[in-house]
Amino acid sequence: MNLVKFVEESAVERRDHPKFKAGDTVSVHYKIKEGNKERIQVFQGIVIQRRGAGVTETFTVRKISNGIGVERIFPVHSPSIDHVDRNTIGVVRRARIFYLRAAKGKAARVKTKRK
Amino acid sequence: MSGIIGKKVGMTSIFSAEGKNVPCTVLEAGPCVITQVKTVEKDGYAAYQLAFGDKKEKNTTQSMLGHFKKAGSSPKRKLKEFETFEAEYNLGDTVTVEIFSEGDFVDVQGVTKGKGFQGVVKRHGFSGVGGQTHGQHNRLRAPGSLGASSFPSRVFKGMRMAGRTGGVNRKAQNLEVLKVFPEQNLLVVKGSVPGPKGSFVIVEK
Repeated sequence: MNLVKFVEESAVERRDHPKFKAGDTVSVHYKIKEGNKERIQVFQGIVIQRRGAGVTETFTVRKISNGIGVERIFPVHSPSIDHVDRNTIGVVRRARIFYLRAAKGKAARVKTKRK
Repeated sequence: MSGIIGKKVGMTSIFSAEGKNVPCTVLEAGPCVITQVKTVEKDGYAAYQLAFGDKKEKNTTQSMLGHFKKAGSSPKRKLKEFETFEAEYNLGDTVTVEIFSEGDFVDVQGVTKGKGFQGVVKRHGFSGVGGQTHGQHNRLRAPGSLGASSFPSRVFKGMRMAGRTGGVNRKAQNLEVLKVFPEQNLLVVKGSVPGPKGSFVIVEK
């Protein structure tokens, strides 16, 4: 048996998030510790990629904050994530939508699926 | 200093209690057999000889076969002496990964990956020439001057130059033990460890 996998599976608790992929808009509710206080911060944006496999998988969320693009990488199975909401389902043709970084204005939108 | 012989399995990352993503190395450590107990009266110093890693009988010399037979063990590939052990052992006892516990700090010794003949940029961390323009057509990673001219009229000993890189013994010190799996003989330490996957390492507490 693969011993590295064994360590990953027994040391990391898997998280059950709703299914989401590149192009979807998500809100990540992230736990932040300040001293001994804990609060939750929400990071809302478009998922531009999911990367890796197993317990070390990560996803990247991009948003425009005050006109500046901000990207944040979260480990999917991080215990610091309180929960993830999928707000909209995006229609994109690729798994990694890095073209969003260069796109401006109307081109920087992602088509969404109607519910 | 108690220790154990092991094998590097690979790297991954796990989450700490604070939720931080911590890089770690998985080591298959032990079980090791005590193949010789050295004493001050007989050998001039006290030590335990540990053996790890199975080996075919046909690839073992007769003298080594007799050595392993005395300890009642099968032939092993790697032998290592540890001079001071916390616990007392007899000939033929096994040392397992249970001598370590979570939160301990260990040193891990191994042979680094061989990189062959390398230039000074990779071997000694020289920064190279810098720019690609201003006449630098073929000396981007060159070492530059080796020293002054008529005095001393020679190159000083120990001048850092290109050459064989890697493949030497190195010790990574003060690595935290993150997890111990006694059933699988696995040890998970924080950070990286010298050597390629599958190579022998010596873990000391």
